[in-house]
Amino acid sequence: MIQTLFGATEPEPSLFEKLKRGVEKTRAGLVSRLDDVLAGGKQIDADLLEELEAILLGADLGVRTTSEILEAARQRLDRRQLNDARELRQLIQEHLLEVLRAAEKPAAPVTEPPAVILVVGVNGSGKTTTIGKLAQRYRDSGATVLLAAADTFRAAAIEQLEIWGRRTGVDVIAQKPGADPSAVLFDALQAARARQVDCVIVDTAGRLHTKSNLMAELEKMRRTASRVLPGAPHEVLLVMDATTGQNGLEQARRFTESAGVTGIVLTKLDGTAKGGVVIAIARELGTPIRFVGVGEQAADLLPFAPEKFLSSILQA
Amino acid sequence: MFENLTDKLQRVFKNLRGEGKLTPANMEQALKEIRVALLEADVHFKVVKQFIEGVKQKAMGEEVLTSLSPAQQVIKIVNEELIRVLGSHQSRLRFSNNPPTIIFLAGLQGSGKTTTTGKLARWLSRNGHSPLMVSVDVYRPAARQQLSVIARHTGLPVYEGKPEEKTPEELARGARREAAETGRDVVLVDTAGRLHIDDELMGELQRLKDALEPTEILFIADAMTGQDAVKSAQEFHARLGITGAILTKMDGDARGGGALSIRHVTGQPLKFVGIGEKFDALEPFHPDRAASRILGMGDVLSFIEKVGEAVDQKQAEETQRQILENDFTLEDFRDQLRRLRKLGPLESLLGMLPGMGPLRNLKDLKVDERQVTRVVAIIDSMTFRERANHMLINGSRRRRIARGSGTSVQEVNQLLKQYAQARKMMKNLSSGLKGKRLGRLALPGM
Repeated sequence: MIQTLFGATEPEPSLFEKLKRGVEKTRAGLVSRLDDVLAGGKQIDADLLEELEAILLGADLGVRTTSEILEAARQRLDRRQLNDARELRQLIQEHLLEVLRAAEKPAAPVTEPPAVILVVGVNGSGKTTTIGKLAQRYRDSGATVLLAAADTFRAAAIEQLEIWGRRTGVDVIAQKPGADPSAVLFDALQAARARQVDCVIVDTAGRLHTKSNLMAELEKMRRTASRVLPGAPHEVLLVMDATTGQNGLEQARRFTESAGVTGIVLTKLDGTAKGGVVIAIARELGTPIRFVGVGEQAADLLPFAPEKFLSSILQA
Repeated sequence: MFENLTDKLQRVFKNLRGEGKLTPANMEQALKEIRVALLEADVHFKVVKQFIEGVKQKAMGEEVLTSLSPAQQVIKIVNEELIRVLGSHQSRLRFSNNPPTIIFLAGLQGSGKTTTTGKLARWLSRNGHSPLMVSVDVYRPAARQQLSVIARHTGLPVYEGKPEEKTPEELARGARREAAETGRDVVLVDTAGRLHIDDELMGELQRLKDALEPTEILFIADAMTGQDAVKSAQEFHARLGITGAILTKMDGDARGGGALSIRHVTGQPLKFVGIGEKFDALEPFHPDRAASRILGMGDVLSFIEKVGEAVDQKQAEETQRQILENDFTLEDFRDQLRRLRKLGPLESLLGMLPGMGPLRNLKDLKVDERQVTRVVAIIDSMTFRERANHMLINGSRRRRIARGSGTSVQEVNQLLKQYAQARKMMKNLSSGLKGKRLGRLALPGM
């Protein structure tokens, strides 16, 4: 987890409460159905498996991951290792937990501060809002933070980041709209060194992963960062909207190729979307999930907790 | 050449194997593939189920076209059905008889409402309207500023509000007044992004609707949305009664299955798609393009289309008759070659078949376009009598043909030999001999 950069401790219970509340809405429709399907003691039959398939597909896990899970369930069933629906739920949860656990890995160590966090993603995924929340989080943990407004493309993106800077009491390094994002980054890193801040969070313009010229721009930003500060960026966060469907996998793949994604922030989990595509991403690309966004306020960003995430998907 | 040829032969076998009509058995595999394709395109699983069920009912017992396999036939039907479902409604924007027309843009956070507002304003002004934009997003930092910047870029007016106008309703009313005073005929209201389960904000939108009585309420949806599209669209529709949808970010590689889900749960038409970062990157929704994108089988579809165009039924029947009567001359052969070439480069044609077509065995075959040209040249260099009866072609004629076509005697020999084999093969078939393996059919000129 990224907060290990600053030695942050486990989150306080109130945050989990928040997650629970956020996820409560998330699973509103799902839970009742899943309860019906996986009621303890219920016999496992073809109908049950079919309904289970619908639930997994409905959570955006994707066809491949879903059929893999069902296959595992069927095999155990054939060997009579599963007796009732409760054990089936257990099996699914373990299976998914394994996938998420296998993807867990820490951010690169920071040998020489500041830690540089590059935040990337497609348009409208919630990058700027996430950065505001991250700034709040790091400041609360006692770190000094600087924001770099390298989204010089979208209308009023700089202003949006500046408002977040004021809200969280964090300085923002910005140039004019249309400036070279790498130049903004360069400025920000110089400033961060001069002011001896602990952490620089870099906002980037939203871009579709299919636009190769824009993806090349991210490569350039990476190179700029590492030239100024060897080892930077230490963390590259891909911000993904929880409503994203199967396209999320391709997003993660292409952003990893160009920007070297080291972790995912799953946003808008306070809606009804389940964000199951991150499981497919963890499975195929081994990308860990760092944070989840559960609201529009500065405090609505929580460290990702795989058990909570899964049980919120699979349990009442 | 072999295209029609093998297809006709295949057709004979097809009927023998009982594949001449669509049955549950020969549709099964295709429907499975289509199910996966739709799910991967993010069509909601319930919608997928119903849709496939409908197609199955509709397709059952239908005759399989001569030039298609049952699987391809199913895809063809699915495609047609998708287009029908996606586009059966008139999808033009409606305007009020009592201007200004009020259009709401509503949706989840980050779906692209503000950018789309700018694009729609541009589109309207290009189509003879004079739009006025207003942002009533009083929540997201710099949201209203964003629309003002967009207005500057597009050169179209935005209503920035008076200091005393603080609520969405006040701002929207102000904009309507301004539009009426300045002779603007459309007011585009960019609303704040909100979750469909946020009762308070959805209530606000309902009140805004009651106050402004918009002619259009457009639901703005991200093309990358997954299964959740159904829930959000349903809820927005239930509370607001949306009149249409715009699918944004279609310039990425998302297949946009949400379009089908939204259409299915709301019954409202897709009106536009956003296809780029520029302000003119908004175009009317095309059901046919959307359908082939959702299916993700564009290659197969264009193959099916091309076959349909290039081979008309009459020609096909004539070929079949010729095969049966063993009257397949070199001239017919050349005509088939020419027809085949109308389909485009051979390589790409073969590449279009995902292992399900009648040309499965040819997939790994390297097709040399020049070789086809040479075969045509060779046949062109024959006299009419030679083409009608290849037995006439002796050594000196072969030398003449080789010279005339710029090829060698060996090539002429090879062609004649393969043609003779193919003919013999057909003869066997037409005399009802079974058990010959089709795969062994030598393809003339290859």
